[in-house]
Amino acid sequence: MIDREQVLHVARLARLRLDEAEVEKMAGELSGILEHVDRIGELDLDGVEPTSHVVELENVLRPDRPRPSWPRDVVLEPAPDPADGAFRAPSPQADSQ
Amino acid sequence: MAELEAVIGLEIHVQLSTRTKMFCGCELSFGDQPNVHTCPVCLAHPGVLPAPNEEAIRYALQIAVALECEVAPRSIFHRKNYFYPDNPKAYQISQYDIPLATGGRLDDIRIHRVHLEEDAAKMIHVGESGRIHGSGASLVDFNRGGTPLVEIVTEPDLRSAAEASEWARLLRTTVRQLGVSDVNMEEGSLRCDANVSVRPAGSEELGVKTELKNMNSFRFLERGIEAELARQQELIGAGAAVVQETLHFDPRGVTLTSLRSKEEAHDYRYFPEPDLVPLAPTEQMLHEARGSLPELPAARIERYREEMGLPPEAAAQLAADPEAAVYFERAAGAAAGVEPRVVANWVTGELAAALRQEGGEAGATGSKVEPEALAALVVMVQEKRISHGSGKTVLAALVAEGGEPGAIVEREGLAQISDSGELEAIVATAVDANPEAAAQIRAGNGRAIGAIVGAVMRETKGRADGAEVNRLIRDRLGV
Repeated sequence: MIDREQVLHVARLARLRLDEAEVEKMAGELSGILEHVDRIGELDLDGVEPTSHVVELENVLRPDRPRPSWPRDVVLEPAPDPADGAFRAPSPQADSQ
Repeated sequence: MAELEAVIGLEIHVQLSTRTKMFCGCELSFGDQPNVHTCPVCLAHPGVLPAPNEEAIRYALQIAVALECEVAPRSIFHRKNYFYPDNPKAYQISQYDIPLATGGRLDDIRIHRVHLEEDAAKMIHVGESGRIHGSGASLVDFNRGGTPLVEIVTEPDLRSAAEASEWARLLRTTVRQLGVSDVNMEEGSLRCDANVSVRPAGSEELGVKTELKNMNSFRFLERGIEAELARQQELIGAGAAVVQETLHFDPRGVTLTSLRSKEEAHDYRYFPEPDLVPLAPTEQMLHEARGSLPELPAARIERYREEMGLPPEAAAQLAADPEAAVYFERAAGAAAGVEPRVVANWVTGELAAALRQEGGEAGATGSKVEPEALAALVVMVQEKRISHGSGKTVLAALVAEGGEPGAIVEREGLAQISDSGELEAIVATAVDANPEAAAQIRAGNGRAIGAIVGAVMRETKGRADGAEVNRLIRDRLGV
């Protein structure tokens, strides 16, 4: 069972602000997901390789050949607060890393 | 209280010198205008797909093989989730439980793992200027974001700050020789963090460790570790405990500042990167990686010691620098009949001193002294055609003007006096001119011979063989 503190911890890591009702709701939903995973854990899966990818491909690589980058003004166009050719962001010190 | 022992492990990040980034075709650069090497992939626009750079994988495999690691038959990429302005995806593509390679060694230090990941963007902190809503801000430059990185993690096998910095230098030389990175600490293409703890000497358990960051030179690496070891010893000496934390090294005052408590590994919520399929190095890829390995410093040190009979210090000194190694081997190969050990002494001793005297920045390779010329000089000294002192004079001339030592010997009239009658006459004169020293030698004071040897050397302008002069003086005085 996921408790309130765990929900708030995960919310902080994801930079989500939840109100009390949402915390309650998330605790229930996250617990339901974990219970489902526990149920899968009851299956006899000896000898079954863990699956991290559903396509049976390996080594899909790209040659080390430069491709044109995007023009800087285009790149910065959607930035809310560009300065000196850079993206400007609030100082991370003010944030809790 | 039992004596405390330092336990140090290093985490080294190496920027690979590929042409393009790890997962997109933007060119790598250093010192360009900000944000001129970016695209939707490295800026994390929605719907883009990363594609690994095959050259980066080749380079990483070379590093893994050079460090004698076992390459995983199949490794996968993971997402390491964290929020920070230096990473627009809010996760770094890295490797987690199945890294590219594990379990190697370099010299006596075991390598825990080698894995591939991508670099973060560069942030310039603007500071509390007051211009930006009264608080600090950061300018983010994504040119560096997505640069291929290889992370090398050692086991905690290092036992002192000096050993750690010396080993890090060996690692740098090794990686540099592979030609896969610029390994420049000032520019950040080689970055070195240290995990530091102490424990009672002889104990097998590990103490609580701290992680040191921001040491951008080998000197700072050594100083940072020293400062942290002293701090931990003081804490434990006072009965307090070391707290696990990340410390930021400030070289100006050699001080360490605690950073905000680091997120725990499970806070990174690692999970397999669904956009990248597994990496399964083929036999062909491994074969190429092994085949491309040049002789690395550790192997060269061993060859110099075992096959060429060099003393350990000279072997290490020459093998550490690829250029010095090539120089030494050319000189040793050209010095017929002379033991390599003697040539090594000239390269690391007399030649290095003469170059320093000249004030040149260049090492032996960049100097006017061709390795074959040095070899010819060493042969002349060994065959006693010129004295050791004259050898140094010739070497100084070679350093200043280059050329052939034979010609310099002739021009300066430095050929050793080979006519024993001539030398005997000079010795006789010198003994007669120093009756006091002669009396002392007869009385058993061997050290007094220096005065007479000096007189002979002055007379011959150093062209006499010291040992021969000593013998003649003793003969004449009957001692």
